[in-house]
Amino acid sequence: MKSSAMVTPRPAREAVSNASPAKVAFGGVSFSYPGRQALSGVTLDVPERRVTAIIGPSGCGKSTLIKSINRIAEIGTEVKVEGRVTIDGQDVYAPGVDLVDLRRRVGMLFQKANPFPKSIFENVAFGPRIHGASRAGDLDQAVERSLRQAALWDEVKDRLGTSAMELSGGQQQRLCLARVLAVDPEVILMDEPCSALDPISTARIEELIEELRERYTVVIVTHNMQQAARVSDRTAFLLNGQLVEVDDTETIFTTPADRRTEDYITGRFG
Amino acid sequence: MKRRFVETIALALLRGTAFAVLLATILLIGSIVRGGAGVITWEFLSATPTEGMTHGGIFPAIFGTICITLLMIVMALPLGVCAAIYMVEYAGSSGLARVIRASVNNLAGVPSIVFGLFGVGFFILFIGRSIDRVRGGGLLFGQPAMLWAAATLAVLVLPVIIVNTAEALTAVPRSHREASFALGATRWQTVRRVVLPQARAGILTGSILSVSRGAGETAPILFTGCAYFLPRLPIVHLGVPFTGLSVPMVNPLDQFMELSYHIFIMATQSTDAAATRPIQYGTTLILVALTFILNLAAISLRVRYRRGLESR
Amino acid sequence: MDSRIESKIGKAGTVPVVPGAVRRLRRGRWREVFIETFLRLNGFIAIAAILLIFIFLFKEGIQAFRTIPAGHFLQSQELDFDNVPQTVRLWQPVGQNPKYSLIPLLLGSFLVALPGTLIATIFGVACGIYLAEIAGKRTREVIKPAIELLAGVPSVVIGFFCLATLATFVQDALGTTFRLNAMVGALGVSLVIVPVIATMTDDALRAVPGYLREGAHALGANRWETITRVVVPAGASGLVAAILLGMGRALGETMIVLMATGNAAQVTLNPFDSVRTMTATIAAELGAVPQGGEQYRALFLVGSLLFVMTFLINLVAELAVARMRRRLAL
Ligand SMILES: Nc1ncnc2c1ncn2[C@@H]1O[C@H](COP(=O)(O)OP(=O)(O)O)[C@@H](O)[C@H]1O
Ligand SMILES: [Mg+2]
Repeated sequence: MKSSAMVTPRPAREAVSNASPAKVAFGGVSFSYPGRQALSGVTLDVPERRVTAIIGPSGCGKSTLIKSINRIAEIGTEVKVEGRVTIDGQDVYAPGVDLVDLRRRVGMLFQKANPFPKSIFENVAFGPRIHGASRAGDLDQAVERSLRQAALWDEVKDRLGTSAMELSGGQQQRLCLARVLAVDPEVILMDEPCSALDPISTARIEELIEELRERYTVVIVTHNMQQAARVSDRTAFLLNGQLVEVDDTETIFTTPADRRTEDYITGRFG
Repeated sequence: MKRRFVETIALALLRGTAFAVLLATILLIGSIVRGGAGVITWEFLSATPTEGMTHGGIFPAIFGTICITLLMIVMALPLGVCAAIYMVEYAGSSGLARVIRASVNNLAGVPSIVFGLFGVGFFILFIGRSIDRVRGGGLLFGQPAMLWAAATLAVLVLPVIIVNTAEALTAVPRSHREASFALGATRWQTVRRVVLPQARAGILTGSILSVSRGAGETAPILFTGCAYFLPRLPIVHLGVPFTGLSVPMVNPLDQFMELSYHIFIMATQSTDAAATRPIQYGTTLILVALTFILNLAAISLRVRYRRGLESR
Repeated sequence: MDSRIESKIGKAGTVPVVPGAVRRLRRGRWREVFIETFLRLNGFIAIAAILLIFIFLFKEGIQAFRTIPAGHFLQSQELDFDNVPQTVRLWQPVGQNPKYSLIPLLLGSFLVALPGTLIATIFGVACGIYLAEIAGKRTREVIKPAIELLAGVPSVVIGFFCLATLATFVQDALGTTFRLNAMVGALGVSLVIVPVIATMTDDALRAVPGYLREGAHALGANRWETITRVVVPAGASGLVAAILLGMGRALGETMIVLMATGNAAQVTLNPFDSVRTMTATIAAELGAVPQGGEQYRALFLVGSLLFVMTFLINLVAELAVARMRRRLAL
């Protein structure tokens, strides 16, 4: 049932810009919710230790695309998946895949910051705890390291015991990032992480993404074209569940190959 | 001008009606407190009815009410809470789960007397008599008993507990579950560490309300175990082997007196209902006080819990 | 074409984050399976218990038709003193020639439930509107708990109140022939369902989004106009559901009607007559019937009928709520 209308990225350019190996790869992925196909025949390589941006109009399947990597999309609903989604060559939908391990390796930041109604410390310690860390020293260390990485340590180090709900929106999102970093993932997914934030908080998150690229593979969904241009190395344009085009960010924003991409980034629709 | 006038009158009427309901509540409670307050003495609470239940106290009824309520809690609460956790957190939104949810919802509205019918027909005549037949040696299980009355009440409150618990669980934002899963937590880790801590107050509130509903019900136990008059307590003495000692234990196969049933009987079937009015009022006041305490606890818990939710 | 649905947690290799993690994960997996099985078992037991009620009730109820001709549940023939056959509609299950007409019981039930629901609707809906749209925070914090407390009063207590206080009051005020009659029962029942209707109305109206109110005010509507033209229409399905649920409760109420309506099974449309409802009939007779006999099954049939009626009412109410959710896109 592979879609014939599937648009494959132009192989020539792929080869040129794909210097680093693919960490995550989609091979002809179609994804359906009950009564609704969200992705059809998406083939896409996500290079390791790079930032890949996914852009496209609302409802085109961006969230589904990234949530299919850590298999969050299937929670609470029945789904049908065709094709292959692989991390380091391993199919994440293969029978016998350990979801816990998968999700430990693939962290995720959501559209709306969603700290648990627990203390700041407990939020960050949540991951290490469920993965078996119990020695107080280990936990303290992991929490501090993660909060520092998320550039939140200085703001909260004196009140680790207070509720995470008292933080501002931007701080909450950075806390969620720290929470992700504490489980030491390889891939970090971000689903419009700044859409609910003010410009200053957004800038801080973008700075953080800049630093993250050195150690992690980042996939970010964004509505904000400038943001995609600022933070990402590669950009993929999705429309109606199909991948229209993927290329180096610069190329996409200067000389897109597809007419629809051009229309979208110049604001003619979407 | 006219619009203004209509508005003023209409809003005043609405306010008036709301306060009328408040007034009715106060009148209802007030009449019971006025009638019953004078009767309540230590003796009334601690003694057994005497002289054809025209004098004495109501201790056996209080004791019976507490026993049957506890027994009902043991039978229904863990089962109901676990079933709700399964339905909300594991069964998801599949078609079957939806059907189950709808029927549980509807059962919460089935008349209590229907549960009484079920109790007699199923627990006593079907289960009880079957046990007796297998066991041989006369009627023991196949007759009204505390066990069956509690089981009937348990079936009655079960859907209520499930509905309340499910509501508390679904109030926990979906994003918190997703975040937990995204960190690699297993389902149970998510339930135990993320969902339950947030839903705990809600579950507790719902459970208390359900228990209070069960404790005040009369119709289901009319024929499943209540006794008109039973001066002795439903207690047996079990001998401990080799010691010669015996421990008293509540006997779930005995009949029992119960507050709400006692009120009903005294008010409608006693030989001189007018003469025993004070006893009726006193008993009613005790029952009201009992359910009041439970409800008050639940309401105050809920107020705190709602504040917590809103401050988020 | 390979198509796959979510697979179970398997045994793929894990990378330890922290020393000891692998061992813990292995152990955790068993625990996970065990807990899920345990919870599922609980779910199934609960559902089974609930299904049993259906099955058992109907199984016994349907057997009533084995010995009683279906027509007799409406009316039957009886010879009067001159040996002339007369059509009678009576519920008289004991005696040489038992009669099982359901008509007096149905009439009795509705003579209590309809006025009861009507009274409760007036007070409950008004109270709900007041709570949701008018009351300040302070008043709300007084009235809301009071209503919740009223909802928690056991029905036997309200029955007792009707019997001991309200009945005399009604008789003195209206000069009715019978001290205990359908109207006293209806008043008592309305005390039970006012909280139901008020709470659900409150919930339904508070679910109406604020921008609708703002829109109405911005167009120059005053509070009353906003309520009647915008808020109540938007929450109408919720109100219908509240009233239906109230009516379901009224039909199923047992102790109050048993204590307050006089319990005379007669064919009447006068709400000030003594009546006997379906629920009261079961409650009054089940204790004395020989099990497995004709009357025993007839009572189960009455129970089944009650079950079906309330179930349908609740179902319609639930559909109404779902409809409102959809319309308001909640
Ligand atoms: N749980 C779900 N069940 C059914 N349909 C869904 C579900 N989640 C998303 N969809 C549908 O799939 C399509 C893609 O959604 P999504 O991936 O969230 O888009 P985007 O993030 O690009 O806005 C949408 O049409 C949406 O309605
Ligand atoms: Mg999205």
